[in-house]
Parts: sequence; structure tokens; C-alpha cells
Amino acid sequence: MSDSDIARGHIDPGLFRGLTQARLSRRGALRGIGALGGAAAVSALLAACSIPGTNQTGTADTRINWTQWWAKQSKQGTLNFANWPLYIDQDDNGNSESLKRFTAATGIKVNYKEVIEDVQTFYAKVAPQLRAGESTGYDLVVLTNGWQFTEMIDNGWLAQLDHSQLPNFVANAGRETLFPAFDPGSLHSAVWQSGFTGLAYNEELTGGPITSFEDLLDPRFKGKIGMLDDNIEYGSAALLAIGVEPTKSTPADWKKAVSWLEKLQPSVTKYYDQGYTDALQNGDIWICQAYSGDIFQLNAGGHPEIKYVTPKEGQVVWHDNMAIPITAEHPVDALKMIDFVYRPEIAALIADYVNYVSPVPAAKDVILNDLGDPDVANSPLVFPTPEMLAKTYDYYVFKDYADFTNWNDIFNPIVQS
Amino acid sequence: MSVPYALALLGAAWMIVLFLIPLISQLSVSLMTGDPETGFNLTWNFGIYAELFGPGAAVPYALFLGRALLFGSIATIITILVGYPVAYFLAFRAPQRWKTPLLSLVVMSLLVSFIIRTYMWGFILGGHGPILTWLRELHLAGPDFHILGTAGAVIGGLAYNSFPYMVLPIYAVLERIDRSMFEASADLYASPRVGFFRTTLPLSRAGIFSGILLVFIDSVGDPVNSQLLGGKTTYMIGQAIQDAYLSQQQYNVAAALSTVLMLALGVILLAYARFIGTDNIEDLA
Repeated sequence: MSDSDIARGHIDPGLFRGLTQARLSRRGALRGIGALGGAAAVSALLAACSIPGTNQTGTADTRINWTQWWAKQSKQGTLNFANWPLYIDQDDNGNSESLKRFTAATGIKVNYKEVIEDVQTFYAKVAPQLRAGESTGYDLVVLTNGWQFTEMIDNGWLAQLDHSQLPNFVANAGRETLFPAFDPGSLHSAVWQSGFTGLAYNEELTGGPITSFEDLLDPRFKGKIGMLDDNIEYGSAALLAIGVEPTKSTPADWKKAVSWLEKLQPSVTKYYDQGYTDALQNGDIWICQAYSGDIFQLNAGGHPEIKYVTPKEGQVVWHDNMAIPITAEHPVDALKMIDFVYRPEIAALIADYVNYVSPVPAAKDVILNDLGDPDVANSPLVFPTPEMLAKTYDYYVFKDYADFTNWNDIFNPIVQS
Repeated sequence: MSVPYALALLGAAWMIVLFLIPLISQLSVSLMTGDPETGFNLTWNFGIYAELFGPGAAVPYALFLGRALLFGSIATIITILVGYPVAYFLAFRAPQRWKTPLLSLVVMSLLVSFIIRTYMWGFILGGHGPILTWLRELHLAGPDFHILGTAGAVIGGLAYNSFPYMVLPIYAVLERIDRSMFEASADLYASPRVGFFRTTLPLSRAGIFSGILLVFIDSVGDPVNSQLLGGKTTYMIGQAIQDAYLSQQQYNVAAALSTVLMLALGVILLAYARFIGTDNIEDLA
């Protein structure tokens, strides 16, 4: 381009101005953005100067007449189901036989989403929607009992289940799942699957059986112990170790449990979030606090040397619970799904695939006779023995946020150092 | 409105929506008091900063921050020491037709999920993993020697995960240096060593600085490596923020910790830019 081009008007006048006038410097632009942003931000600040509490926004479910509430609902033919990954029977193409049978039996189409990987994160995601009374997009969610689940019940965010529409649930649920400590009478929850938290050890390395929490303090195992990094897990283990039932424990017991954990501290190599099963196999640790389902899968995968044990002081049981958010768009369809998976033949399909503790004891015979899988049917890790259940305890149920904070303040210093 | 200002609008909107509003909201949440049941209300509680970081703090957040800054610094230095020669080789020594494949190799690790990469490091560094087995074979490590669960494992993981973020900006800057500069330095009787330290290195300062920005900020705030690779004494500020927000539901504490982390990073990086980094932070782009 030459001067004559410009002179002849061959150049866009706007571009010409841009090329010749003093341009907005980058620094100047940033300053401008700052000033504009300042004004916008102040208004945003004024709009957002509080986060509403759940006490004010939660719809306490005692205020709702649940018979009337359910009478107003009807089957919609769609179900949005949020569950954990790999937590339902699946063939090689990812199709679930139990979901297929559900659609065939009820005509309800299921949108099955494996979107829950962690209760805390999922809670953080849906809490703002539930607080605002909006749909979360899910009619049925599977959540582990714990503080967040207690919060959802306390906030009135879960619909009370209509047991009259759940004949299979009432008839087939195991007694220990019908009356969980965190949800008396199973008013808001129906167990999907459960699992135990006890101990696992590598028999080749320990050179003998481990039977109790007391064994963890054996100096031979110094530096060879792993624990789970969730404070409710190591806290409950420590309570059992000092002979206190978690559900009946008091803050004074919690402090004693921490002293026990401090005594154990020199022996512990690591507090595991995940990966403890690899560490047990490869010898990083010899003994670890463990989930029963993980060890079942390890045994089935050709590692018989890793043993799961219910410590003689006891083990805790956790439940992954189906629950219906109060803002669900298809609650009746969700209710039908809850009842459907309590049919023994369906419970058997699921338990035979996921290998966690089934809430339906009658599924055992189906797995043994119809599905022909004695390894699963006869495993105490899927269908626990009465002796095992006698030593099984629930987690402590938090009364309110202050109680939960108190537990955190007492137990967190064990891993936060 | 003139064209330049109109063009700046888009940038301004971007900054406001994605940076300023979240920042102001974070600051205001940090000054709130309350709990999830009663709600959090803005009470201008500046005391929270002293409460969390002062001498009488119930949880040693200052220690977690200090540890994160230390681990992050060491990881950054490691990535420079390892990444610079790699970038140098790619820019000056690698044959032209090998450059693209080699660069792809550097970024290849980014195609795998961050969590899985970190998890695989846990496998490699584990008690019966390839590294320790080999060290034991050579009698360089005793039977009780561990890597996993130590500060070394966490720092190694941080350095490994951010390695491409150091190599790429340094490579980009080295590649752009006018080759006649090297001829000039040789003509002026600089040995290759002197030439490197007086010519190449100063000319690539901007690349190193960009790399440091990317790696240091990322490493210091990282919650994953210490969780998966660390042990009892590797708890870092990133984990503390995550736990305060998700697990303890102390939104004000999480916001205050994030603010202090941002301030600490900002002060350190500005000081670096001012004293040894680059003449003008705006020269970087």
C-alpha cells in the first residue's frame, strides 16, 4: 500500500483512522475494564451479600401432608435416574438387563446417568437448586448416608416415600436395611446397595491373620498400616477400637478415639482416598482399613492373599440410598423404580454384577439357582452372615451442623498436619 | 464510540463476568459469618484472616500455605531445569521434520486425564513399582525405603504434571530468537558457554517467566497430587480449600483461604517480575 492508495481513497477510512490516530493502549484498556468492572462488581456485591441458610429455605417435610402430595402425582412415563459409575448390571455394550425389564414391565423410559462420583460434590451441585425449589433434573438419586444425606432430610429436600406403593420393598428388604439409624422407618430412603468398612490385610506379608483393631498397634506393623482419609471412617474405626458404638458416642468419646488414633499415628504410612487396594497388593502397606466390596473384587480378580476381616471390636455399615428429591418432576416413576429393584430377581441381577451387600436377602437363592453364581451367592461380603451382622454398627448420625463441625474439629487434625 | 473502545467491550465483558464478579463475590463471602443452616451474612468480618492465619489459629493454615509455596517453588525449579534443555533441543538441535512429532510427545501426556496420570505415578513410585524394585535390585534402597507418601513424591508429581507448561512457552520464545544473534556473539569471541549465558538465556527470559506463571500458580494451588501421592505431612492449601468448601461447608473459610492464596501468589510473582523476571510484564504476550 502506498501513500497514493490512501490519497486515492482506496483504503477504508475507518482503518486509516485506526492506523494514524493514537490507539487505546493495552494499559489504558485494562484501566477502562477495571473502571467498568468496578461498577458492575459493586452491584453484584450488593445483590449477593448473603447466602441463604437452609433453615429459612428448606421445606420442612412435616408441614406437608404426604398422602395428599402423592395423590396429586401420577406416572409420567419417564425417569431421570442419577447413580454412581458401574453401579448397575451392564452387558458389554453398556445395556442394563434390569433397566430393560423395568421399561418392559412399567412402560417407563429410564434416562440412566452415571453422574455421582462423590456425595459432597453432588450435594454442592444440587443444593442451590433444591434451596430455590427448582428441579435438579433427577427424579431418583443414589446417595451415601452421611452428613450431606442428613442435611437433605433435615432441610426437607427429600420426598417422604409412600410405603403403600412399595409392596416389594416392604416384603423383601432385609431387616437391617428397613430401619437405618440415619432415617428412622426408612421414610426418605431405600437402600440401593450397602457395604462394610472393616480391615483388609495381605496374608503373605503379615504372616498370619489379623483379627482386631488392637493388632494395628503391634510394633511389627509399624509403617505398614493404611487408613481411609475420610474422618467419618477413621473416626468410627477408632470409636469401635475403644469399645464405643458410634451411634451412641459423645464428644467425650470422640476425644478418646482421637487419642487412640494418635497412638496409631506412627504406624500409619498414609491415609488413602483411593488406591489402597493397589498398595495392599504391592506391599506398600500390609494392613488397611477397607471397604468390603473392594476386597471382594480383589479376591475375585485373583488375589486370594488379600483378606477382608470384620474386626472383633466390630465394623461399620454404609448404605447408598435411593431418594426422591422433593422437586422431582416424575416422583411416581421413581417410586416404581424403587419398588422394582426390590424384586428378588432384579436385586439378584444387580448384586451379581456390582458385588456389594444386597438389601434383598432373597436375592441369594436367585443368584445361586437361577444365575448359577455360587461365588457371589455364598460370599459373606454380598450376603453377610448373622455373626457378621451382630458385629456391624451404623455411623454416628449428626444432630445438626454444630455437631458435625465439632466432629470435624476433633478428628480433622489427624489428617491435616 | 470509536472502534478501539468498541473492541475493548468484549474483553471488558469477559473480564467482568469471568474474573471481577467472581473475585468480588469471593472477597465478600470471605467476610461473611454463619453456617449452612442459618445462612451466611456479610458482617465485614475481617477478623477471619487473623483467626485463620494468626498465631492462635485452630488449624495451621499458615503451615499448609507455606508448605504449598515451598513444594510449588521446588517443582517449578525442577521443571525449569528439566524443561529448558528439552525446549532448547527442540528449538535448535532437533531436525526440522522431527519437531512436530517431538512437540506432540511433550504434550501427549495432556491427552490423558490429570487424575489418571497422577494415579499412574502412584503405581510407578509404589513399593513394588518399577522404580523401587530396580533401586532395591541395585541395593540402593533398603526394604523399608518409601517414595510414595513423602514430600518428594508430591513435588515429583507436581513437576511431572506441569512439565509441558514449562517446555512450550520456553520453546516458543527460543524458536523466535534471531539466529544472527548467536553469530554475533560468536564473532565477538564468546565461547558457546558464555554465548548461552549472555545471549540465549537472557533472550528467553520471557519464556521462562510465562512458564513460571503457569507452573507455579498451578502447583501451589493443586489439591490432587498431595492427596494421591502424599502422606501424613504433605497436606497443602489446595486440599484445605477443597475440604473447607466441600466437606466442612465453611464457605467463608474457603473464600478467605483462596483470597490469601491469591494474594500470596500475586505478591511473589510481581516481586519476581519486578526484580529478576522481565522488564515489562506486558512484553510477555
